[in-house]
Amino acid sequence: MSLLEIRNLDVRHGLLQAVRDLSLSVEKGETVALVGANGAGKTTLLRTVAGAHMPAGGSVVFNGIDITTVPAYRRVGLGIALVPEGRRLFGQMSVEENLVLARSAGRRGDWTVEHVLDAFPNLKPRRHAKAGNLSGGEQQATAIGRALMTNPDVLILDEVSLGLSPLAVDRVYASLQSLIGGGTTIILVEQDLRRAMRVADRIVCMLEGRIVLEGKRGEISREQVSEAYFGLGSDKGRVHA
Amino acid sequence: MMIWVNQIVQGILLGGYYAVIACGLSFMFSVMRIINLAHGSLAIVAAFGLYVLADQFGFDPFGALIVVLPAMAVIGWVLQRTILERSQRGGMLVPILSTFGLSIVIDNLLFEHFGADTRSLAPYIDELSWDSWQLTDDIAIGKLAAITFVTAVVILGGLQLFLTRTQLGRAIRATAEDPDTVGLIGINARRVNAAAAAIAMLTVGIAGAFLGMRATFDPYAGGPQLIFAFEAAVIGGAGSLWGTLIGGIVLGVAQSIGAQINPQGFLITGHVVFLVVLLARLHVDQIGTRFRKTVRRSA
Repeated sequence: MSLLEIRNLDVRHGLLQAVRDLSLSVEKGETVALVGANGAGKTTLLRTVAGAHMPAGGSVVFNGIDITTVPAYRRVGLGIALVPEGRRLFGQMSVEENLVLARSAGRRGDWTVEHVLDAFPNLKPRRHAKAGNLSGGEQQATAIGRALMTNPDVLILDEVSLGLSPLAVDRVYASLQSLIGGGTTIILVEQDLRRAMRVADRIVCMLEGRIVLEGKRGEISREQVSEAYFGLGSDKGRVHA
Repeated sequence: MMIWVNQIVQGILLGGYYAVIACGLSFMFSVMRIINLAHGSLAIVAAFGLYVLADQFGFDPFGALIVVLPAMAVIGWVLQRTILERSQRGGMLVPILSTFGLSIVIDNLLFEHFGADTRSLAPYIDELSWDSWQLTDDIAIGKLAAITFVTAVVILGGLQLFLTRTQLGRAIRATAEDPDTVGLIGINARRVNAAAAAIAMLTVGIAGAFLGMRATFDPYAGGPQLIFAFEAAVIGGAGSLWGTLIGGIVLGVAQSIGAQINPQGFLITGHVVFLVVLLARLHVDQIGTRFRKTVRRSA
Protein backbone atom coordinates (compact mmCIF):
# COMPACT_ATOMS: atom_id res chain seq x y z
CA MET A 1 0.00 0.00 0.00
CA SER A 2 1.28 3.43 -0.91
CA LEU A 3 1.70 6.05 1.79
CA LEU A 4 -0.16 8.62 -0.28
CA GLU A 5 -2.60 7.78 -3.02
CA ILE A 6 -4.22 10.49 -5.14
CA ARG A 7 -7.04 9.19 -7.34
CA ASN A 8 -8.69 11.03 -10.22
CA LEU A 9 -8.30 14.38 -8.48
CA ASP A 10 -10.07 17.44 -9.87
CA VAL A 11 -9.43 20.83 -8.29
CA ARG A 12 -10.98 24.11 -9.36
CA HIS A 13 -10.38 27.77 -8.59
CA GLY A 14 -13.82 29.04 -9.50
CA LEU A 15 -14.16 28.43 -13.22
CA LEU A 16 -10.51 27.56 -13.70
CA GLN A 17 -9.71 23.89 -13.46
CA ALA A 18 -6.21 23.72 -12.04
CA VAL A 19 -5.88 19.95 -11.59
CA ARG A 20 -7.58 17.55 -14.02
CA ASP A 21 -8.28 13.90 -13.27
CA LEU A 22 -4.86 13.44 -11.74
CA SER A 23 -3.73 10.19 -10.13
CA LEU A 24 -0.43 9.76 -8.32
CA SER A 25 0.87 7.51 -5.60
CA VAL A 26 3.86 8.05 -3.36
CA GLU A 27 5.60 5.23 -1.52
CA LYS A 28 6.99 5.47 1.97
CA GLY A 29 10.54 6.82 2.02
CA GLU A 30 10.36 8.10 -1.54
CA THR A 31 11.42 11.56 -2.69
CA VAL A 32 9.21 12.81 -5.51
CA ALA A 33 9.95 16.00 -7.43
CA LEU A 34 7.08 17.77 -9.15
CA VAL A 35 8.20 19.87 -12.09
CA GLY A 36 6.27 21.91 -14.60
CA ALA A 37 5.76 25.42 -15.89
CA ASN A 38 4.01 28.14 -13.91
CA GLY A 39 0.29 27.46 -13.82
CA ALA A 40 0.69 23.71 -14.36
CA GLY A 41 -1.19 23.06 -11.12
CA LYS A 42 1.71 21.94 -8.90
CA THR A 43 0.99 24.27 -6.01
CA THR A 44 -2.74 23.57 -6.22
CA LEU A 45 -2.07 19.84 -6.13
CA LEU A 46 0.15 20.15 -3.06
CA ARG A 47 -2.27 22.49 -1.27
CA THR A 48 -5.08 20.03 -1.94
CA VAL A 49 -3.05 17.20 -0.45
CA ALA A 50 -2.41 19.38 2.62
CA GLY A 51 -6.07 20.33 2.87
CA ALA A 52 -5.73 24.04 2.13
CA HIS A 53 -7.96 23.52 -0.94
CA MET A 54 -10.92 21.20 -1.22
CA PRO A 55 -11.10 19.15 -4.43
CA ALA A 56 -14.10 19.16 -6.77
CA GLY A 57 -13.72 15.47 -7.45
CA GLY A 58 -11.55 12.43 -6.81
CA SER A 59 -10.01 11.32 -3.57
CA VAL A 60 -6.86 11.53 -1.47
CA VAL A 61 -5.97 8.48 0.62
CA PHE A 62 -3.18 8.74 3.19
CA ASN A 63 -1.93 5.79 5.20
CA GLY A 64 -5.06 3.91 4.17
CA ILE A 65 -7.39 6.67 5.43
CA ASP A 66 -9.56 8.63 3.00
CA ILE A 67 -8.73 12.25 3.90
CA THR A 68 -10.49 13.94 0.98
CA THR A 69 -12.81 15.95 3.24
CA VAL A 70 -10.59 16.16 6.32
CA PRO A 71 -9.69 19.79 7.22
CA ALA A 72 -6.05 20.89 6.98
CA TYR A 73 -5.37 21.12 10.71
CA ARG A 74 -6.35 17.47 11.20
CA ARG A 75 -4.24 16.29 8.28
CA VAL A 76 -1.22 17.68 10.09
CA GLY A 77 -2.15 15.45 13.00
CA LEU A 78 -2.26 12.50 10.61
CA GLY A 79 1.26 13.25 9.40
CA ILE A 80 1.09 15.58 6.40
CA ALA A 81 3.14 18.78 6.60
CA LEU A 82 3.26 21.44 3.90
CA VAL A 83 5.92 24.12 3.64
CA PRO A 84 3.84 26.62 1.70
CA GLU A 85 5.01 28.73 -1.19
CA GLY A 86 6.20 32.09 0.10
CA ARG A 87 7.02 30.48 3.49
CA ARG A 88 4.09 32.10 5.32
CA LEU A 89 5.83 32.50 8.66
CA PHE A 90 4.23 34.39 11.53
CA GLY A 91 6.39 37.47 11.06
CA GLN A 92 5.59 39.12 14.38
CA MET A 93 6.68 36.06 16.32
CA SER A 94 10.19 34.80 17.05
CA VAL A 95 11.81 31.86 15.27
CA GLU A 96 11.43 29.76 18.37
CA GLU A 97 7.75 30.68 18.73
CA ASN A 98 7.13 29.75 15.11
CA LEU A 99 8.71 26.36 15.73
CA VAL A 100 7.00 25.74 19.06
CA LEU A 101 3.60 26.58 17.56
CA ALA A 102 3.81 23.51 15.34
CA ARG A 103 3.65 21.34 18.46
CA SER A 104 -0.10 22.08 18.36
CA ALA A 105 -0.43 19.20 15.91
CA GLY A 106 0.18 16.92 18.86
CA ARG A 107 2.58 14.62 17.04
CA ARG A 108 5.47 13.62 19.21
CA GLY A 109 8.68 12.44 17.64
CA ASP A 110 12.34 13.14 17.11
CA TRP A 111 11.91 16.73 16.00
CA THR A 112 12.31 19.28 18.76
CA VAL A 113 13.40 22.91 18.70
CA GLU A 114 16.96 21.84 19.53
CA HIS A 115 16.98 19.23 16.80
CA VAL A 116 15.72 21.74 14.20
CA LEU A 117 18.39 24.24 15.25
CA ASP A 118 21.00 21.51 14.87
CA ALA A 119 19.70 20.72 11.39
CA PHE A 120 19.68 24.41 10.41
CA PRO A 121 22.68 25.87 12.27
CA ASN A 122 22.15 29.27 10.62
CA LEU A 123 19.03 29.67 12.79
CA LYS A 124 20.87 29.24 16.08
CA PRO A 125 21.89 32.89 16.54
CA ARG A 126 18.47 34.02 15.27
CA ARG A 127 16.45 31.94 17.70
CA HIS A 128 14.80 34.90 19.42
CA ALA A 129 14.66 37.21 16.39
CA LYS A 130 11.33 38.09 14.83
CA ALA A 131 10.69 35.79 11.87
CA GLY A 132 9.76 38.84 9.77
CA ASN A 133 13.28 40.25 10.17
CA LEU A 134 15.12 37.18 8.91
CA SER A 135 16.84 36.82 5.56
CA GLY A 136 15.09 34.75 2.89
CA GLY A 137 17.27 31.71 3.53
CA GLU A 138 16.74 31.89 7.28
CA GLN A 139 13.00 32.25 6.74
CA GLN A 140 12.94 29.21 4.49
CA ALA A 141 14.88 27.20 7.06
CA THR A 142 12.40 28.29 9.73
CA ALA A 143 9.47 27.32 7.52
CA ILE A 144 10.93 23.86 6.90
CA GLY A 145 11.80 23.53 10.58
CA ARG A 146 8.26 24.50 11.52
CA ALA A 147 6.87 21.77 9.27
CA LEU A 148 9.35 19.25 10.70
CA MET A 149 8.25 20.12 14.24
CA THR A 150 4.97 18.34 13.44
CA ASN A 151 7.02 15.15 12.95
CA PRO A 152 5.38 14.43 9.61
CA ASP A 153 5.21 11.13 7.72
CA VAL A 154 5.34 13.10 4.50
CA LEU A 155 6.95 16.49 4.06
CA ILE A 156 5.66 18.60 1.18
CA LEU A 157 7.90 21.44 0.03
CA ASP A 158 6.53 24.05 -2.36
CA GLU A 159 9.20 26.03 -4.21
CA VAL A 160 11.75 26.11 -1.41
CA SER A 161 14.29 27.89 -3.57
CA LEU A 162 12.00 30.71 -4.71
CA GLY A 163 13.55 34.10 -4.04
CA LEU A 164 16.68 32.70 -2.41
CA SER A 165 20.29 33.35 -3.36
CA PRO A 166 22.06 30.33 -4.92
CA LEU A 167 24.13 30.02 -1.75
CA ALA A 168 21.02 29.92 0.44
CA VAL A 169 19.45 27.33 -1.85
CA ASP A 170 22.55 25.15 -1.51
CA ARG A 171 22.34 25.40 2.24
CA VAL A 172 18.63 24.48 2.30
CA TYR A 173 19.23 21.50 0.05
CA ALA A 174 22.20 20.37 2.11
CA SER A 175 19.85 20.17 5.09
CA LEU A 176 17.20 18.42 3.01
CA GLN A 177 19.74 15.84 1.90
CA SER A 178 20.07 14.58 5.46
CA LEU A 179 16.27 14.27 5.68
CA ILE A 180 16.16 12.33 2.44
CA GLY A 181 18.96 10.10 3.68
CA GLY A 182 17.03 9.60 6.90
CA GLY A 183 14.09 8.08 5.02
CA THR A 184 11.59 10.92 5.30
CA THR A 185 9.00 10.83 2.52
CA ILE A 186 9.25 14.08 0.58
CA ILE A 187 7.26 15.66 -2.22
CA LEU A 188 8.82 18.81 -3.55
CA VAL A 189 8.26 21.36 -6.26
CA GLU A 190 11.48 22.61 -7.80
CA GLN A 191 11.94 24.91 -10.78
CA ASP A 192 15.58 24.01 -11.17
CA LEU A 193 15.41 20.79 -13.19
CA ARG A 194 18.99 19.77 -12.58
CA ARG A 195 18.57 20.07 -8.84
CA ALA A 196 15.23 18.22 -8.95
CA MET A 197 16.80 15.34 -10.87
CA ARG A 198 19.67 15.18 -8.42
CA VAL A 199 17.66 14.91 -5.18
CA ALA A 200 14.53 13.02 -6.25
CA ASP A 201 13.95 9.29 -6.68
CA ARG A 202 11.18 10.05 -9.11
CA ILE A 203 10.31 12.98 -11.35
CA VAL A 204 6.70 13.87 -12.09
CA CYS A 205 6.14 16.48 -14.77
CA MET A 206 2.85 18.37 -14.86
CA LEU A 207 1.31 20.36 -17.69
CA GLU A 208 -2.08 22.08 -17.58
CA GLY A 209 -3.26 20.14 -14.57
CA ARG A 210 -2.22 16.71 -15.79
CA ILE A 211 0.80 14.47 -15.36
CA VAL A 212 2.49 14.28 -18.75
CA LEU A 213 5.65 12.47 -17.79
CA GLU A 214 6.63 10.37 -14.83
CA GLY A 215 9.72 8.28 -14.28
CA LYS A 216 12.47 7.22 -11.91
CA ARG A 217 15.71 9.08 -11.78
CA GLY A 218 18.08 7.64 -14.31
CA GLU A 219 15.28 6.23 -16.39
CA ILE A 220 14.24 9.54 -17.94
CA SER A 221 16.50 12.11 -19.46
CA ARG A 222 16.60 15.88 -19.00
CA GLU A 223 15.57 16.26 -22.61
CA GLN A 224 12.45 14.17 -22.09
CA VAL A 225 11.52 16.24 -19.05
CA SER A 226 12.20 19.49 -20.92
CA GLU A 227 9.95 18.44 -23.76
CA ALA A 228 7.18 17.40 -21.40
CA TYR A 229 7.67 20.64 -19.44
CA PHE A 230 6.79 22.71 -22.49
CA GLY A 231 4.26 20.21 -23.88
CA LEU A 232 6.39 19.33 -26.89
CA GLY A 233 6.80 15.60 -26.45
CA SER A 234 3.17 14.63 -26.11
CA ASP A 235 3.48 11.74 -28.55
CA LYS A 236 5.94 10.00 -26.28
CA GLY A 237 3.40 9.61 -23.55
CA ARG A 238 4.18 8.46 -20.05
CA VAL A 239 7.30 6.62 -19.18
CA HIS A 240 6.33 4.08 -16.60
CA ALA A 241 8.87 3.20 -14.05
CA MET B 1 -3.34 72.95 44.88
CA MET B 2 -3.99 69.71 46.74
CA ILE B 3 -7.41 69.51 45.21
CA TRP B 4 -5.85 69.16 41.75
CA VAL B 5 -3.46 66.49 42.96
CA ASN B 6 -6.46 64.70 44.42
CA GLN B 7 -8.36 64.94 41.14
CA ILE B 8 -5.41 63.47 39.26
CA VAL B 9 -5.07 60.61 41.76
CA GLN B 10 -8.79 59.88 41.51
CA GLY B 11 -8.57 60.13 37.73
CA ILE B 12 -5.79 57.57 37.62
CA LEU B 13 -7.85 55.19 39.75
CA LEU B 14 -10.87 55.79 37.53
CA GLY B 15 -8.58 54.98 34.60
CA GLY B 16 -8.08 51.54 36.12
CA TYR B 17 -11.81 50.95 35.83
CA TYR B 18 -11.83 52.16 32.22
CA ALA B 19 -8.93 49.82 31.46
CA VAL B 20 -10.92 46.91 32.89
CA ILE B 21 -13.91 47.63 30.65
CA ALA B 22 -11.72 48.41 27.63
CA CYS B 23 -9.38 45.42 27.71
CA GLY B 24 -11.95 42.93 26.36
CA LEU B 25 -12.78 45.30 23.52
CA SER B 26 -9.12 45.89 22.76
CA PHE B 27 -8.27 42.17 23.00
CA MET B 28 -11.05 41.22 20.60
CA PHE B 29 -9.99 43.89 18.14
CA SER B 30 -6.31 43.01 18.24
CA VAL B 31 -6.63 39.24 17.91
CA MET B 32 -9.86 38.80 15.97
CA ARG B 33 -10.18 42.12 14.12
CA ILE B 34 -13.71 42.47 15.47
CA ILE B 35 -15.15 45.66 16.92
CA ASN B 36 -17.75 44.34 19.31
CA LEU B 37 -20.44 46.99 19.76
CA ALA B 38 -22.35 44.67 22.12
CA HIS B 39 -19.41 44.94 24.54
CA GLY B 40 -21.15 47.33 26.96
CA SER B 41 -24.43 45.43 26.87
CA LEU B 42 -22.64 42.17 27.62
CA ALA B 43 -20.99 43.80 30.65
CA ILE B 44 -24.49 44.76 31.83
CA VAL B 45 -25.60 41.13 31.33
CA ALA B 46 -22.79 40.07 33.67
CA ALA B 47 -23.79 42.78 36.17
CA PHE B 48 -27.41 41.59 36.16
CA GLY B 49 -26.23 38.00 36.55
CA LEU B 50 -24.27 38.97 39.65
CA TYR B 51 -27.20 41.03 40.91
CA VAL B 52 -29.63 38.10 40.64
CA LEU B 53 -27.20 35.76 42.39
CA ALA B 54 -26.65 38.29 45.18
CA ASP B 55 -30.25 39.42 45.54
CA GLN B 56 -32.05 36.10 45.27
CA PHE B 57 -29.47 33.55 46.33
CA GLY B 58 -27.48 35.56 48.83
CA PHE B 59 -24.15 35.24 46.99
CA ASP B 60 -21.33 37.65 47.72
CA PRO B 61 -20.70 39.47 44.38
CA PHE B 62 -17.05 38.37 44.34
CA GLY B 63 -18.06 34.78 45.05
CA ALA B 64 -20.78 34.93 42.41
CA LEU B 65 -18.07 35.54 39.81
CA ILE B 66 -17.29 31.81 40.08
CA VAL B 67 -20.65 31.23 38.43
CA VAL B 68 -20.85 34.28 36.18
CA LEU B 69 -17.35 34.17 34.66
CA PRO B 70 -17.67 30.63 33.22
CA ALA B 71 -21.13 31.60 31.96
CA MET B 72 -19.62 34.65 30.22
CA ALA B 73 -16.93 32.45 28.68
CA VAL B 74 -19.61 30.15 27.30
CA ILE B 75 -21.49 33.17 25.95
CA GLY B 76 -18.28 34.28 24.21
CA TRP B 77 -17.73 30.86 22.67
CA VAL B 78 -21.32 30.64 21.41
CA LEU B 79 -21.26 34.24 20.20
CA GLN B 80 -18.17 33.57 18.11
CA ARG B 81 -19.53 30.36 16.62
CA THR B 82 -23.03 31.65 15.88
CA ILE B 83 -22.71 35.36 15.07
CA LEU B 84 -19.17 36.74 14.84
CA GLU B 85 -17.63 34.00 12.70
CA ARG B 86 -20.49 34.09 10.22
CA SER B 87 -20.66 37.85 9.97
CA GLN B 88 -16.89 38.16 9.64
CA ARG B 89 -17.07 36.22 6.40
CA GLY B 90 -19.00 39.18 5.00
CA GLY B 91 -16.13 41.59 5.63
CA MET B 92 -14.93 43.87 8.38
CA LEU B 93 -18.09 46.00 8.58
CA VAL B 94 -20.64 43.22 9.00
CA PRO B 95 -19.56 42.27 12.56
CA ILE B 96 -20.01 45.92 13.56
CA LEU B 97 -23.59 45.85 12.31
CA SER B 98 -24.39 42.45 13.77
CA THR B 99 -22.97 43.27 17.20
CA PHE B 100 -24.85 46.58 17.13
CA GLY B 101 -28.04 44.61 16.47
CA LEU B 102 -27.08 42.18 19.20
CA SER B 103 -26.66 45.03 21.71
CA ILE B 104 -30.19 46.26 20.95
CA VAL B 105 -31.57 42.75 21.43
CA ILE B 106 -29.71 42.31 24.72
CA ASP B 107 -30.75 45.74 26.06
CA ASN B 108 -34.40 45.12 25.31
CA LEU B 109 -34.43 41.57 26.65
CA LEU B 110 -32.93 42.90 29.88
CA PHE B 111 -35.51 45.69 29.97
CA GLU B 112 -38.34 43.22 29.45
CA HIS B 113 -37.12 41.03 32.26
CA PHE B 114 -35.80 43.52 34.82
CA GLY B 115 -37.74 46.69 34.00
CA ALA B 116 -36.42 50.22 34.19
CA ASP B 117 -35.23 50.19 37.82
CA THR B 118 -31.61 51.06 38.42
CA ARG B 119 -29.71 48.46 40.40
CA SER B 120 -26.35 48.32 42.11
CA LEU B 121 -24.16 45.65 43.63
CA ALA B 122 -22.90 48.15 46.23
CA PRO B 123 -25.38 47.02 48.94
CA TYR B 124 -23.96 43.52 48.77
CA ILE B 125 -20.33 44.39 49.38
CA ASP B 126 -20.86 46.25 52.66
CA GLU B 127 -18.27 48.87 53.61
CA LEU B 128 -16.06 48.10 50.62
CA SER B 129 -18.31 50.28 48.49
CA TRP B 130 -17.47 53.43 50.46
CA ASP B 131 -14.46 52.68 52.66
CA SER B 132 -11.15 54.35 51.91
CA TRP B 133 -7.58 54.84 53.03
CA GLN B 134 -6.83 58.40 54.14
CA LEU B 135 -3.44 59.32 52.71
CA THR B 136 -3.30 63.00 53.67
CA ASP B 137 -5.92 65.44 54.85
CA ASP B 138 -6.91 66.09 51.26
CA ILE B 139 -6.38 62.76 49.55
CA ALA B 140 -8.21 59.53 50.22
CA ILE B 141 -8.09 56.41 48.12
CA GLY B 142 -11.25 54.37 47.84
CA LYS B 143 -10.68 50.70 48.57
CA LEU B 144 -12.89 49.56 45.72
CA ALA B 145 -11.17 51.95 43.31
CA ALA B 146 -7.78 50.61 44.39
CA ILE B 147 -8.94 47.01 43.95
CA THR B 148 -10.25 47.91 40.50
CA PHE B 149 -6.96 49.46 39.49
CA VAL B 150 -4.94 46.48 40.73
CA THR B 151 -7.35 44.16 38.89
CA ALA B 152 -6.79 46.10 35.68
CA VAL B 153 -3.03 45.67 35.99
CA VAL B 154 -3.42 41.98 36.83
CA ILE B 155 -5.79 41.32 33.92
CA LEU B 156 -3.64 43.16 31.38
CA GLY B 157 -0.42 41.61 32.68
CA GLY B 158 -2.07 38.21 32.79
CA LEU B 159 -3.29 38.53 29.21
CA GLN B 160 0.18 39.63 28.12
CA LEU B 161 1.78 36.61 29.80
CA PHE B 162 -0.91 34.32 28.45
CA LEU B 163 -0.34 35.52 24.89
CA THR B 164 3.44 35.15 25.04
CA ARG B 165 3.97 32.15 27.32
CA THR B 166 1.23 29.63 26.60
CA GLN B 167 0.64 27.50 23.54
CA LEU B 168 -2.97 28.69 23.24
CA GLY B 169 -1.80 32.30 23.55
CA ARG B 170 0.76 31.82 20.79
CA ALA B 171 -1.88 30.10 18.68
CA ILE B 172 -4.18 33.10 19.19
CA ARG B 173 -1.45 35.49 18.05
CA ALA B 174 -0.57 33.33 15.05
CA THR B 175 -4.22 33.05 14.06
CA ALA B 176 -4.58 36.82 14.30
CA GLU B 177 -1.63 37.20 11.94
CA ASP B 178 -2.48 34.55 9.35
CA PRO B 179 -5.64 32.49 9.88
CA ASP B 180 -5.08 30.44 6.70
CA THR B 181 -1.60 29.26 7.54
CA VAL B 182 -2.21 28.10 11.13
CA GLY B 183 -4.21 25.17 9.73
CA LEU B 184 -1.07 23.95 7.97
CA ILE B 185 0.69 23.47 11.30
CA GLY B 186 -2.19 21.71 12.98
CA ILE B 187 -4.06 24.59 14.61
CA ASN B 188 -7.83 24.73 14.35
CA ALA B 189 -8.37 28.43 13.69
CA ARG B 190 -12.10 28.27 14.48
CA ARG B 191 -11.46 26.80 17.89
CA VAL B 192 -8.69 29.28 18.64
CA ASN B 193 -10.95 32.21 17.77
CA ALA B 194 -13.78 30.80 19.88
CA ALA B 195 -11.34 30.47 22.80
CA ALA B 196 -10.20 34.07 22.27
CA ALA B 197 -13.83 35.25 22.32
CA ALA B 198 -14.41 33.29 25.52
CA ILE B 199 -11.38 34.96 27.12
CA ALA B 200 -12.56 38.41 26.01
CA MET B 201 -15.94 37.72 27.60
CA LEU B 202 -14.26 36.67 30.85
CA THR B 203 -12.81 40.16 31.09
CA VAL B 204 -16.22 41.61 30.23
CA GLY B 205 -17.66 39.65 33.16
CA ILE B 206 -15.10 41.21 35.49
CA ALA B 207 -15.87 44.63 34.03
CA GLY B 208 -19.57 44.06 34.71
CA ALA B 209 -18.80 43.21 38.34
CA PHE B 210 -16.84 46.43 38.95
CA LEU B 211 -19.43 48.49 37.08
CA GLY B 212 -22.14 47.09 39.34
CA MET B 213 -20.14 47.60 42.53
CA ARG B 214 -18.92 51.15 41.94
CA ALA B 215 -22.11 52.62 40.46
CA THR B 216 -25.63 51.85 39.38
CA PHE B 217 -26.82 50.22 36.20
CA ASP B 218 -30.03 49.62 34.31
CA PRO B 219 -30.83 47.63 31.16
CA TYR B 220 -29.75 50.49 28.89
CA ALA B 221 -26.50 51.31 30.71
CA GLY B 222 -24.38 49.37 28.21
CA GLY B 223 -24.11 52.20 25.67
CA PRO B 224 -22.18 54.67 27.83
CA GLN B 225 -19.88 51.87 29.05
CA LEU B 226 -19.15 50.96 25.44
CA ILE B 227 -18.24 54.58 24.71
CA PHE B 228 -15.82 54.79 27.67
CA ALA B 229 -14.28 51.46 26.71
CA PHE B 230 -13.98 52.55 23.11
CA GLU B 231 -12.40 55.89 24.02
CA ALA B 232 -9.89 54.28 26.37
CA ALA B 233 -8.96 51.68 23.75
CA VAL B 234 -8.53 54.26 20.99
CA ILE B 235 -6.55 56.73 23.13
CA GLY B 236 -4.21 53.90 24.16
CA GLY B 237 -3.78 52.70 20.60
CA ALA B 238 -6.33 50.08 19.62
CA GLY B 239 -5.04 46.59 20.09
CA SER B 240 -2.21 47.35 22.51
CA LEU B 241 -2.83 45.87 25.96
CA TRP B 242 -0.68 48.17 28.09
CA GLY B 243 -1.76 51.05 25.87
CA THR B 244 -5.28 50.31 27.04
CA LEU B 245 -4.26 51.01 30.65
CA ILE B 246 -2.64 54.27 29.61
CA GLY B 247 -5.69 55.16 27.53
CA GLY B 248 -7.94 54.48 30.50
CA ILE B 249 -5.81 56.64 32.76
CA VAL B 250 -5.72 59.52 30.25
CA LEU B 251 -9.50 59.37 29.94
CA GLY B 252 -10.02 59.12 33.70
CA VAL B 253 -7.67 61.99 34.52
CA ALA B 254 -9.22 64.17 31.80
CA GLN B 255 -12.70 63.55 33.19
CA SER B 256 -11.68 64.21 36.78
CA ILE B 257 -9.93 67.45 35.91
CA GLY B 258 -12.86 68.47 33.73
CA ALA B 259 -15.22 67.90 36.65
CA GLN B 260 -13.04 70.09 38.85
CA ILE B 261 -13.09 72.93 36.33
CA ASN B 262 -16.83 72.77 35.96
CA PRO B 263 -19.36 70.40 37.53
CA GLN B 264 -20.69 69.71 34.02
CA GLY B 265 -17.20 69.15 32.62
CA PHE B 266 -16.77 65.47 33.49
CA LEU B 267 -18.04 63.85 30.30
CA ILE B 268 -17.29 66.64 27.89
CA THR B 269 -13.60 66.84 28.82
CA GLY B 270 -13.23 63.09 28.33
CA HIS B 271 -14.83 63.24 24.90
CA VAL B 272 -12.74 66.26 23.91
CA VAL B 273 -9.49 64.54 24.88
CA PHE B 274 -10.57 61.46 22.93
CA LEU B 275 -11.29 63.54 19.82
CA VAL B 276 -8.05 65.49 20.16
CA VAL B 277 -6.03 62.27 20.39
CA LEU B 278 -7.92 60.77 17.46
CA LEU B 279 -7.42 63.85 15.25
CA ALA B 280 -3.80 64.14 16.33
CA ARG B 281 -3.23 60.53 15.29
CA LEU B 282 -4.75 61.24 11.89
CA HIS B 283 -2.82 64.44 11.33
CA VAL B 284 0.47 63.76 13.02
CA ASP B 285 1.91 62.28 9.84
CA GLN B 286 0.68 65.19 7.74
CA ILE B 287 2.05 67.74 10.19
CA GLY B 288 5.31 65.84 10.33
CA THR B 289 5.63 65.85 6.57
CA ARG B 290 4.76 69.54 6.30
CA PHE B 291 7.24 70.39 9.06
CA ARG B 292 9.99 68.47 7.32
CA LYS B 293 9.20 70.22 4.03
CA THR B 294 9.32 73.66 5.71
CA VAL B 295 12.62 72.85 7.34
CA ARG B 296 14.05 71.70 4.04
CA ARG B 297 12.82 74.84 2.24
CA SER B 298 14.25 77.20 4.84
CA ALA B 299 17.54 75.32 4.95
